[in-house]
Amino acid sequence: MNPEHDYGTFESDQRIVAHSRYFAGLMGSYFFVRLRDEQKIVGARCEKCNKVFWPPRSTCGRCFSVLSLENLTEIGPLGTLETFTIVKYREPVHPRKAPFVYGIIKLDGADTSMVHFVDGVDFQKLAPGMRLRPVFANKRNGNILDIDHFEPLDSY
Amino acid sequence: MSERVAIVGVAQTVFSPKRPDVNYAELAYEAISLVLESTGLSVEADIDNAVSCSHDIWDGQTISNIGITDVIGGHLRNEEKLAMDGSTAVYYATIGILSGEFDCTLALAHTKMSQTNRNIVNNTAFDPIYSRLLGLDFTSAAALQAQRFMSRYNISEKQIAEVVIKNLANATRNPWVHNKGFYTLDQALDSPVISSPIRKMDIAPDSDGAVAIVMASEKKALKVTDKPVWIKGVGACYDAHYLGDRDLSECYALRSAAEQAYRMAEIDHPRDEIDLVELGDEFSYQELLWLEGLGICGSGEAADLTCRGFTSFDGALPVNPSGGLLAGVPTNVAGLNRVAEAALQIRGEAGDRQVGDVRIAVAQGHSGFCGQHQCVIVLGRE
Repeated sequence: MNPEHDYGTFESDQRIVAHSRYFAGLMGSYFFVRLRDEQKIVGARCEKCNKVFWPPRSTCGRCFSVLSLENLTEIGPLGTLETFTIVKYREPVHPRKAPFVYGIIKLDGADTSMVHFVDGVDFQKLAPGMRLRPVFANKRNGNILDIDHFEPLDSY
Repeated sequence: MSERVAIVGVAQTVFSPKRPDVNYAELAYEAISLVLESTGLSVEADIDNAVSCSHDIWDGQTISNIGITDVIGGHLRNEEKLAMDGSTAVYYATIGILSGEFDCTLALAHTKMSQTNRNIVNNTAFDPIYSRLLGLDFTSAAALQAQRFMSRYNISEKQIAEVVIKNLANATRNPWVHNKGFYTLDQALDSPVISSPIRKMDIAPDSDGAVAIVMASEKKALKVTDKPVWIKGVGACYDAHYLGDRDLSECYALRSAAEQAYRMAEIDHPRDEIDLVELGDEFSYQELLWLEGLGICGSGEAADLTCRGFTSFDGALPVNPSGGLLAGVPTNVAGLNRVAEAALQIRGEAGDRQVGDVRIAVAQGHSGFCGQHQCVIVLGRE
């Protein structure tokens, strides 16, 4: 050891980068293809529980019934805002620059809700109960951002 | 099979925003060596199981307990890791000892939050198919929950700020934490909004640190210490993953975990029978929501209870006299620190933050966003 030299607190500077391709599943494949090609949103109905779930899933988490493609049903496109936040910070994982609004939106005909962006709204007028409609992306790639955002149904 | 399980030793590192001078194994060893020294136990002769809690991405490798096998006594021995809050180490250590399989377990939690970006790490906690691309993280998810909770029960930002003021003032008594001070309501409400309604001061700050606890069967415990802290009850429960599957103003998973723990501890009236609560206030509003889930009061009532001073340091039921997570306790370490603080209070060894005579204490920890997984530990002197 050289006493003149600063050995300090050395940090190993790294990034973890991985290109990943996650299978969307039986129900998810149908959901994303319908969304991409037809701009339709589907959920999955559990007949036993009489609930319509979004995202569509192949097992009911409540009664463990197996759900299949016959259980898929169109929901929305209109929905109701349940809660929201105005995000003021920036992260590289954000698909848009802050400030922006996340909302939890219950689509008509569904029993569970969807998190998505709410655009085109005066921040001061955001309120639970606000009626919203989806605006689909022009260029759709088969992911959740094929819904570009939701916007108020009435002019706010 | 052991009838009872006790905590026989507790040790913590100082929690600071960044510990550049230690890697995560060296950090873990600080707490481990302290707890072994204070109990006089040795890894070779006494410890027959180890359970650790940490987070792979923060540690920088998958199955990241590989990086601590040497310091936890896991080399050619039994050691398990949970990628969950530290409270679950106590839960599984208890089960292991009650089963008779193990006699003496080292429970550890360690995290260096300074090593990477919290929001990007937490973004990977969201499912990759439907949620992750939206860019969500624990803070924006918590903000959706806070807004829903406050709007449903008409809770004001001032009432939430009372939690911040209380916990940061309590933290001035705690030498282990780094975020502390006496703040006014105006100062708390002037803190910049990060994701409405959550402000900077509402968020537990990034911290580095570790906690180690030794737990033992009754027979072993009585040989090690004359101040055992008994595990009276444990409970754990998961809620749904998707935010839209849950009513975020409720915490059914915590209610269920608390019911399990109280049933085991024979607690019928938690508000009257519990002397102290240490809970996971990763965000300030959570202290109110978790108090409701713990059955200390009805839904929507915790804000008034807090503003009346019921949960303050010298109140009827002190909550987070340590300063809680807002004071600066790392994620994952959070719940084990809650258990450690509760145990120190029962032993009368909490120093300046000792609230008086504590016979029954409750520690709560949670994992995932918006408290998806909940764990409750009831500790007692008898």
